[in-house]
Amino acid sequence: MIVSKKIVLHFPGRLVERPIVYHLIKDYDLEFNIMKASIIPDEEGLMVIELRGNQVNYDKGIKFLKDTGVRIQSLGQNVLRNESRCTHCGACITVCPTRAFKLDTETRLISFDDTKCIACGLCLKACPLRAMELHF
Amino acid sequence: MPKTIEEINEKIRKGNAVVVNAEEIIGIAKEKGIKKTAQEVDVVTTGTFGPMCSSGAFINIGHSNPRIKLGGGRVYLDDVQTYAALAAADLFIGANALPDDDPRNRIYPGEFNFGGGHVIEKLVDGKDIRLTATAYGTDCYPRKKLETWINIKDVNEAVLFNPRNAYQNYNVAVNLSNKIIYTYMGILKPNMGNANYSTSGQLSPLFNDPYYKTIGIGIKVFLGGGIGFVAWQGTQHNPAAPRTERGVPTRGAGTLALIGDMKQMSSDWLIGTSMLGYGCTLTVGVGIPIPVLSEEMLEYTTVTDADILAPVIDYSSAYPHMETEILAEVSYAQLKSGWIVIRGKQIPTASLSSYSRAIKISNILKEWIQNGKFLLTQPVEALPGIDSGIKPKPLKERPIVE
Ligand code: SF4
Ligand code: SF4
Repeated sequence: MIVSKKIVLHFPGRLVERPIVYHLIKDYDLEFNIMKASIIPDEEGLMVIELRGNQVNYDKGIKFLKDTGVRIQSLGQNVLRNESRCTHCGACITVCPTRAFKLDTETRLISFDDTKCIACGLCLKACPLRAMELHF
Repeated sequence: MPKTIEEINEKIRKGNAVVVNAEEIIGIAKEKGIKKTAQEVDVVTTGTFGPMCSSGAFINIGHSNPRIKLGGGRVYLDDVQTYAALAAADLFIGANALPDDDPRNRIYPGEFNFGGGHVIEKLVDGKDIRLTATAYGTDCYPRKKLETWINIKDVNEAVLFNPRNAYQNYNVAVNLSNKIIYTYMGILKPNMGNANYSTSGQLSPLFNDPYYKTIGIGIKVFLGGGIGFVAWQGTQHNPAAPRTERGVPTRGAGTLALIGDMKQMSSDWLIGTSMLGYGCTLTVGVGIPIPVLSEEMLEYTTVTDADILAPVIDYSSAYPHMETEILAEVSYAQLKSGWIVIRGKQIPTASLSSYSRAIKISNILKEWIQNGKFLLTQPVEALPGIDSGIKPKPLKERPIVE
């Protein structure tokens, strides 16, 4: 059976330079499509991928990732903006790896596009007004 | 042409004063010219809404029976430390105060989810606050312990007193190091991954009166959704900062100490704020009306974001070590476009202060004036100006040898 899932990979700093993704393709015969990636040297790397392959290989691939220390998160979590707390300052804009926040240069309001959000959680603590909330 | 504040107030009382905000005035003056606009417009309203750390509140809780002397004891509001070193029933809570058991930066970066700024927000919002106090007990103030709910409507006084607000210009923060840093200017990504600034630029009070000709001690302002006053120049007031030809400072310059009755303020304009890895603070709304007394005053208020330059400073090394190196000067127009270029690198920008809320403040103030609810005031005393010789000094450490 072929499965295809969207997942978020969090790479600890020490793994960022290792060819993990290469092993996924070569050793587990999985196909994948990188939807978003953000890597900062010495910081956590972050990648959103759609991983596709037969169930057995898929499970093995996930196990391989977990064993190397990659944290895996499904895209099931929901990040919402508490509109009554958001002041539209914009501090979140440069923090979000997927650019889910956008400044409207006319109205100076900050829009939040939750379809771009990968629930990485970075904005939750970066928002000084604590307007971003994680819902399950 | 020169008008007086009294003449403008007369128009406000009659309901026919012409009031516009500091953004609108730019277009009007461009279209009609300085001379005509100065005749037609009476007041330009400004606004700013951003985290202002040097903020706090004095509260007098009223005397309990038996009496307790809080001064010299320990007092907490919702577990947050307060300064209880005044008289028996007075205390002060600073925006940066924390609960004793907050892990601070021991778990790095600290989250600082609740502190003095949040207590102030809750108070203004009319919520009950838990007060816990211990005192040493005296013959006239025998009580040693007090635990009670308090509410802003019951306390005698709740006075917001901010020793430094409304900075006239401020740094743009970047990070030259190769690791992420957490600062009061927000999260700064390595290798200049982002640049953060905090000002409402052309709408900001002191940019519209760069030489403090109408903003002075004693004047009435919008503070936290209510009415406040300029109490004094703010701490670190620096009128001697370098300026452009039209007088706009290109570094942090003037500041204001503001005071006002918190009972008439609102939690829409005083919001507890958490800077990751740095601490708690308070986001404060300030708005100041500028009377158009002359063509000169009008010209000041037509300042645009393109006229305002700010220094870009490295917060990984230069800022913490008091080095004066400036990486570049950029205009607020550039900053607000979302990108700046430094050393050939394109860097995304973000603001910590809300321009849309600053506009709202300037419009509320405009309405108050148009409705005759808010009259303009003459300063009781001018703020120290460029000739005052006032300049903030770094601390000269003198080692204590014993
Ligand atoms: S940082 Fe928070 S308050 Fe500011 S715009 Fe983003 S979500 Fe809104
Ligand atoms: S959780 Fe926040 S920072 Fe992360 S992707 Fe979603 S919006 Fe962006």
